[in-house]
Amino acid sequence: VEAHATTVGGGRSVLERSPLSRLPDQVLRFGLAAIAAGVLVLLAAFLVVLVNESTDAFSHIGVFNFLFRNNWETSQLQEGAACATGNGCTFGAWPMLVGTLVTSGIALVIGVPIAVATALFLTELCPRRARGPLAVLVDLLAAVPSVVYGLWGFIVLAPHLRGFQQTLADALSFIPFIGGGQVAGPSYFLAGLVLAIMILPIVSAISREVIATVPVENKEAALALGATRWEMIRMAVLPYARPGITGGAMLGLGRAVGETIAVAYVIGGSTTLGHSIFEQGQSLAGVIALQFGEAESTPLYKSTLFAAGLILFVMTLFVNLVARRYVVRAGRGRRVGGGAAAPGVTELEAEASPA
Amino acid sequence: VTELPKISARRRRTDKIMRGLVALATAIALVPLVLIIYYLLHKGLSAWSSGFFTTDPNLSQCFPHIPGAPPPPPCNIGGIKSAILGTLEIVGLATVIAVPLGILVALWLTEYGKQSPFANIVRYFVDVMTGVPSIVFGLFIYTLLVVSHIGGDAVGWKGALALALLMTPIVVRSSEVVLLLVPSSLREAALALGAPRWRVVTRVILPTSLSGLITGALLAIARGAGETAPLLFTIGAAHVATADLGQPMNSLPTQIFSDLGQNTDQFVNRAWGAALTLVAMILILNLIARAIARRSRLA
Repeated sequence: VEAHATTVGGGRSVLERSPLSRLPDQVLRFGLAAIAAGVLVLLAAFLVVLVNESTDAFSHIGVFNFLFRNNWETSQLQEGAACATGNGCTFGAWPMLVGTLVTSGIALVIGVPIAVATALFLTELCPRRARGPLAVLVDLLAAVPSVVYGLWGFIVLAPHLRGFQQTLADALSFIPFIGGGQVAGPSYFLAGLVLAIMILPIVSAISREVIATVPVENKEAALALGATRWEMIRMAVLPYARPGITGGAMLGLGRAVGETIAVAYVIGGSTTLGHSIFEQGQSLAGVIALQFGEAESTPLYKSTLFAAGLILFVMTLFVNLVARRYVVRAGRGRRVGGGAAAPGVTELEAEASPA
Repeated sequence: VTELPKISARRRRTDKIMRGLVALATAIALVPLVLIIYYLLHKGLSAWSSGFFTTDPNLSQCFPHIPGAPPPPPCNIGGIKSAILGTLEIVGLATVIAVPLGILVALWLTEYGKQSPFANIVRYFVDVMTGVPSIVFGLFIYTLLVVSHIGGDAVGWKGALALALLMTPIVVRSSEVVLLLVPSSLREAALALGAPRWRVVTRVILPTSLSGLITGALLAIARGAGETAPLLFTIGAAHVATADLGQPMNSLPTQIFSDLGQNTDQFVNRAWGAALTLVAMILILNLIARAIARRSRLA
């Protein structure tokens, strides 16, 4: 009698659900899992497409020649004509590789100290009431689209900073590859400067995040031992936050390497290698954006631009993977942006535009 | 009470100088923002003439300036109507694709995958995807869809797909943060009352986290709206406004990009006007997102 009370129909307990009512659960579970797996498929597809499209370039030119030869020459190219090495066009992407590395390096040298100082000011020194508004203002830099940075950099910054750049170039003329020469306006340096502004909000946000995790005890201990504010920052805050700040700087580097439109305009667009950082050049991302139109009808030319894209993809992948390690370690197993305390960074990642 | 030793003058001076430098660096960080906003308003507002928002860009009466030759007669280059419409349509379609997709992946991560190895791999690669240069998304869609001539050459919906690829990982990350904030006691209470998982998700978790999800989505939209590189090779270069996403389209960022490429006063002027329009749209999205985040039930 008792068995009748607790089972229905096919001997199933009343506490169990019918197969039909369990169906949506299964659908949801495996449907969602399939969609999540799609992300991995997508990333694999990226790599396949890029490798596939760039094989032509690599097999004709050779990986070494493509990466390290300083001879990107396409001006002889006739519309729609077959483009082979020795036929009026050669593709050594070294000037662009250097352009990307140099501009990103300049961006880090200028941007990271300012970003970290901003983070220190906002977390340790600034009056509490000014903190929120100031943080919002710094974050707003990330909301400006990169094409607007390009417009501003090219139309406003390039002519206005020409004199300043010339002064710098003259002052630094004793250092080879850095100073000297005639400044044109757009240059590696200017591109680095614009990139520094663009990576500032993300580096600053992550630094802020990490500095906020420094235990109060450490700071109080330093102050109790008689340290001044700055000594407290130098001895208690910075050493603790260093891995996280490094990770933030690496994420900034990833942004700078992949940035396209702004750089394309302020670097000058010259595919020959400049003699100093105050001369015009080109970056990997920039050459794709500016030359894709004319390359479209020439298979080998187009393939070289895909090869540039592949190098860019691998570079940013590598930089980001390293950055994640640092940031995760700094967050003590918690991703920055992955915890209740960190929505700000995620918001910022959403705002910052790398191209 | 023993007296504490005085801090030496040198140490006090260092402290003052360093604190001053840190404050100065913060001030320097804000200079570009002020300058950009100033120039956008100064040059953008003067470009907002009467027909600016109601006419399409027009190139037919304009001749390029040949160096050495007398400058060509002034021509009416038109406004940015098609660019605004194009951006709205393309970003709209990208949103319809990316936001549900991103939220679904985030739901799987928080409700099913949790800390399993596979979930961690997915999380890792979502993180990696947020760092992929946006021009690579453009190249990817160009190869898959434009070269293969599926449904025309470079048309609006292909650009929307490229933007959706870029926005999805952003939505996943922000949604996951928000979904993790839903108290597990709420989930447990619903499950203890006998609700099946899918009802817990649709009736408890999603409604609770709704405002946070909207905030994340709006920020992703703001990010997508400002992107140029994924659209360069994927939407074609139309100047005529169209409501059909199956046609070549125009967009604000690509309009600014090509106007800047012309580099004559008239075109640069229009670029400023378009830039102000774009930044205004993005700022409004940001402000709405922040306002919703502040009112959120969570956090």
